[in-house]
Amino acid sequence: MASSEVAVGGAVDGALTEPLRIADQEFDSRLFVGTGKYPDNKTMVEAIRASGTAMVTVAVRRVDLDRTQSEGILFHLDPEEFFLLPNTAGCYTAEDAIRYARLGRAAGFNEWLKLEVIGDETTLVPDTQATIEAAKTLVAEGFNVMAYTNDDLVTALRLEDAGCVAVMPLASPIGSGLGIVNPYFIREIKRRCEVPIIVDAGVGTASDACVAMEQGVDGVLMNTAIATATDPVAMAHAMRLAIQSGRLAYLAGRMEAREIGIPSSPTRGMLD
Amino acid sequence: MSEPGIIQVQVNGKEREIQSGLSVHQLVESFDLDPKLIVVELNREILSRDQFDDVQISEGDAVELVHFVGGG
Repeated sequence: MASSEVAVGGAVDGALTEPLRIADQEFDSRLFVGTGKYPDNKTMVEAIRASGTAMVTVAVRRVDLDRTQSEGILFHLDPEEFFLLPNTAGCYTAEDAIRYARLGRAAGFNEWLKLEVIGDETTLVPDTQATIEAAKTLVAEGFNVMAYTNDDLVTALRLEDAGCVAVMPLASPIGSGLGIVNPYFIREIKRRCEVPIIVDAGVGTASDACVAMEQGVDGVLMNTAIATATDPVAMAHAMRLAIQSGRLAYLAGRMEAREIGIPSSPTRGMLD
Repeated sequence: MSEPGIIQVQVNGKEREIQSGLSVHQLVESFDLDPKLIVVELNREILSRDQFDDVQISEGDAVELVHFVGGG
């Protein structure tokens, strides 16, 4: 057992080793990480390894032809080691997202996609209508669509109906680091959808990831929180532990919260 | 009009003059890129890698050469 893993007993024994199943694929980790914004590629690869993730997101972009040597991410990341999840980040219409999705699939690795259609430049919140529209087309084309969306129940249900293999509500805006702003909605989405729910975007530090998992969701996807930490490798490790911790706390069943104090020690047997 | 043997195309949004008669594969290699790591869209149609050798670039074509970069 690696030092980062926690020995468990009781009713949750095995909970940490139980794989997460999405569509026909099993993942050994409930943490999904992005590959953007790292200070350098070496740090990125070390951080991704430290996170223990089984799936990493990548973006589709034009090759910069004016550079002397291409610096695609596959020079640094081995697709044999990490399951690649191409995204449609930066797309503002269903049409563009579909175009990027097809380009990502043409790279030849898998049929998986993180669908993202942005609706607002300031907050980067998704255009949920365009996301549902794109999801329908892409599901029909055989993609396994993991859809990034708002923390909105109705949209989550519609994305599930559209055939998405996972629904990924945001914790808070992309890159904001604000953590979960609406845990109640996240819990309700988890309660009402049958497909896996992955909280995607907005996590700032380990406690945010832990809180997300404590809502009962199936996993968390993050990028900026790890990549822009002062020590990304250490933060990746912290996130790995936080995901495990939050998952266990959820399975363990938390105590009831009360707004008054209840003594932990016996009130009887006090000295006169 | 371009010189003989030279055609005008658009690659990744930029006008470029290239030799006529180049296959997609040759065009990709002319930029020092590994065809195995590149996805090519020609006039908005994605080409599969087994088309790279057979499809030739023509005057006025719009070519997009894309790959995976870091992203979240």
